[in-house]
Amino acid sequence: MNRYPLWKYITIALALLLGFIYTLPNFFGESPAVQLSSAKATIKVDDRARSRVEDALKTAGIAHDGLQLDNVGVKVRLKDTDTQLKAKDILEKTFNPDSADPQYVVALNLLAASPQWLTSLHALPMYLGLDLRGGVHFLLQVDMKGALTKKLDSTSADLRTVMRDKNIRHGGVNREGERIVVKFRDTETRDKARYAIGDSQPDLILAETGDSSEPKLVATLKPEALKKLGEFALKQNITTLHNRINELGVAEPVIQQQGQDRIVVQLPGVQDTAKAKDILGRTATLEIRMVDDSTGALEAALAGNPPFGTEVYTERGGQPLLVKKQVVLTGDRLTDAQPGFDNQTNEAAVHLTLDSAGARIFKDVTRENINKRMAILLIEKGKGEVVTAPVIRSEIGGGRVQISGRMSTMEANDTALLLRAGSLAAPMDIIEERTIGPSLGAENIKKGFHSTMWGFAAIAVFMILYYQMFGVVSVIALASNLLFLVAILSLLQATLTLPGIAAIALTLGMAIDANVLINERVREELRAGMPPQAAISEGYERAFGTILDSNITTLIAGLALLIFGSGPVRGFAVVHCLGILTSIFSSVFVSRGLINLIYGRQKKLTKVAIGQIWKPGNTTGNATVNGKK
Amino acid sequence: MEFFRIKKDIPFMRHALTFNVISLVTFLLAVVFLFTKGLHLSVEFTGGTLIETHYQQAADLEKIRGALGKAGFTDYAVQNFGSSQDVMIRLPLKNDQNTNQIGESVMKSLEAEAPGAELRRVEFVGPQVGKELAENGAMALLLVVIGIVIYLAFRFEWRFSVSAIIANLHDVVIILGFFAFFQWEFSLSVLAAVLAVLGYSVNESVVVFDRVRETFKKVRGLTTPQVLDHAITSTISRTIITHGSTQLMVLSMLIFGGETLHYFAMALTIGICFGIYSSVLVASPLVMWLGVSREQFMVKPKVIEGANEDGAVV
Repeated sequence: MNRYPLWKYITIALALLLGFIYTLPNFFGESPAVQLSSAKATIKVDDRARSRVEDALKTAGIAHDGLQLDNVGVKVRLKDTDTQLKAKDILEKTFNPDSADPQYVVALNLLAASPQWLTSLHALPMYLGLDLRGGVHFLLQVDMKGALTKKLDSTSADLRTVMRDKNIRHGGVNREGERIVVKFRDTETRDKARYAIGDSQPDLILAETGDSSEPKLVATLKPEALKKLGEFALKQNITTLHNRINELGVAEPVIQQQGQDRIVVQLPGVQDTAKAKDILGRTATLEIRMVDDSTGALEAALAGNPPFGTEVYTERGGQPLLVKKQVVLTGDRLTDAQPGFDNQTNEAAVHLTLDSAGARIFKDVTRENINKRMAILLIEKGKGEVVTAPVIRSEIGGGRVQISGRMSTMEANDTALLLRAGSLAAPMDIIEERTIGPSLGAENIKKGFHSTMWGFAAIAVFMILYYQMFGVVSVIALASNLLFLVAILSLLQATLTLPGIAAIALTLGMAIDANVLINERVREELRAGMPPQAAISEGYERAFGTILDSNITTLIAGLALLIFGSGPVRGFAVVHCLGILTSIFSSVFVSRGLINLIYGRQKKLTKVAIGQIWKPGNTTGNATVNGKK
Repeated sequence: MEFFRIKKDIPFMRHALTFNVISLVTFLLAVVFLFTKGLHLSVEFTGGTLIETHYQQAADLEKIRGALGKAGFTDYAVQNFGSSQDVMIRLPLKNDQNTNQIGESVMKSLEAEAPGAELRRVEFVGPQVGKELAENGAMALLLVVIGIVIYLAFRFEWRFSVSAIIANLHDVVIILGFFAFFQWEFSLSVLAAVLAVLGYSVNESVVVFDRVRETFKKVRGLTTPQVLDHAITSTISRTIITHGSTQLMVLSMLIFGGETLHYFAMALTIGICFGIYSSVLVASPLVMWLGVSREQFMVKPKVIEGANEDGAVV
């Protein structure tokens, strides 16, 4: 009766093997590495960059333990931290000759030191949270009201343009809170305006108010449009943050949306919060200026004698370009930039949308400068870069601008991103900040590890002393629970935090309950006079219902924490819930498998090592226990 | 080895009233402390800034307070944290201050008056986050209570689920009472510990109730108190060993876990101790008062749909 079919043993063995493989990477630790990634959306780190890294290190005489290229960039594994620093300096010099204008991010990083075959099985170590590795955590709140105000202001300007174009006289367009109010002299004009506005502004809900002496039109944004606006603002802010954080040289930044209007930024390893905040809060601006293509002017400028009112910029390809100092348009007038295709030539293009004031200026400038070039510059930290400098073919009205010509799809994507990312769509506030020093992180790992280890050791000693062979089996089951838990966390690439380690320890402390229940039940059956084989079988069977019940109640608490918890509590909850699930498997199936393996084959089993079974003997008045027989 | 050599069922239920009075008194004391002293909520809930610094030698707290006073901070709390070298500075939320810069300006003023501080940790929580966390914590507690009541009512009977949840909420209130009385810091991780304990001690009640049901079904001729006594007696060794093992782990966290895990482990310790007491000596008497009886566990004869009073199907 205490035999498992072969497939059950195989399942258990397989689970243990998988658990072992996926737990393994955590023991290899990490080796120092240098990571090269792109600092600009227009620069891609590819195979060429990889070979450049290899050559640079070879010429400098630095030996490395492997180079890899992934979607982040090139990672070079190095022997120790000294060579890591040296390699970083060399790569910094090679890839960023002009330190004021870095093209690449060269950052120190740590790579899992597990062997290649493990990595190829996707067996990776757990990711350590900020409280374990040190770093900065910010929670930013996007001011959606600000984004809405900005949008309504530009819409008001659009409405004025629409009514002027259609010769509709109005008594003023004003933004009042979250709506736009347009005043008219009479209802006829209002009806005409309503028709015209409805045509050109599909995102608005229009309502008529006021009496016939002072008719008004109230415009509010449609809920869909409002939602889209919020999503767009958040997306753009995240893109902008990405670009800015690239400059900090952080190896693995986390920039994520949280909830509807929040962004989490985590910068592992960064200690200089002041600099991080400065960079996060900075604004980049976009400028459109005219190019001075007059003959000889560029040569004069390169010789150090630029004509009055012009300056030299470098184009993306590396050619110098002479640009007028006078700014035609700034990025404030740009409402959107999207990659796309030219309708006629099917070439890759970037579509820009300007607000109404910008569109008017753009129309005038393009009419006056046909066949001349205009430059689109991105100004950051007081330094400008020419993103593109197209030739104006015709007058462009309506605020829809298309940049095309000699661009690949990839370049169009990058340019659109760069133009969009120039500034934040809505202001942001830091509503939560957490900085953890690296020494504290290392200490936390040590503390968490020691708590778990000594707690486990104490439980193991007690269980073995008290339940002997069954205790040994229980400890093995508990160890396999730890194995499964760490394996699943590694497999999910969950972030391990200090509360997570506490949850591992606590889950182990609670999981032993199942084995205690089983062992006590088996003892009880033996006490009641059952033969050992039957007692084992009965004990396991009867305990199972109770184990299930008690684990479900614990799981309810875990799930509630998972749903409502945030930050550190969520880390705790994830580990706790997973631990409960793995504990059912290990404490019931793994331990039963082992017991079956040890005792199941002995037909005439007379004694099992489960510790002393004390029987009450012939004492009277023991009605209930006797009653059970 | 066998710790529990119990010859007879221990007559727990004879003293039920005494236990319930003890519980009630502890419970009321906890409530009184909660109301008079209140919980010492961490920065996570109240909002504000927390800065942890480390000095090479023992830190001079007076100098640090002086430095903060000179820099224009008010209502600050400076205290040692773990060792005499570690200092924790707590600043409340101020509307007129630029919250983004508090960490830096504190470090700057420390540099001037009490140099040599190494910044270990800064935590800033804005007002909206703190409020949300408190609300979410309350929601989580509510969800756990409802979930457990429903599950137990479904699995056992409403009397069991009501007694189990009262017994365990009484634990929660007592843990909070301890935190209020000693003015220990109540942080998010303590909240997590409290909820984990709630789920865990319900286990205990479940195990006892399981036995109660089994005994009711199997053994005839016992009064309800006798059944409860038998159920508690036969599970008591498991109860103590299990809780003892969990406590070993928690004790290890208390010893090796450092300051960060200290109150977490503390809440668990109180929860585990009172968990044993309440699930055995509070939940069971409650079930008895609520009038549990043998008939509730007997399989009822099936009623055929459409049958009239005489039982004939028309």
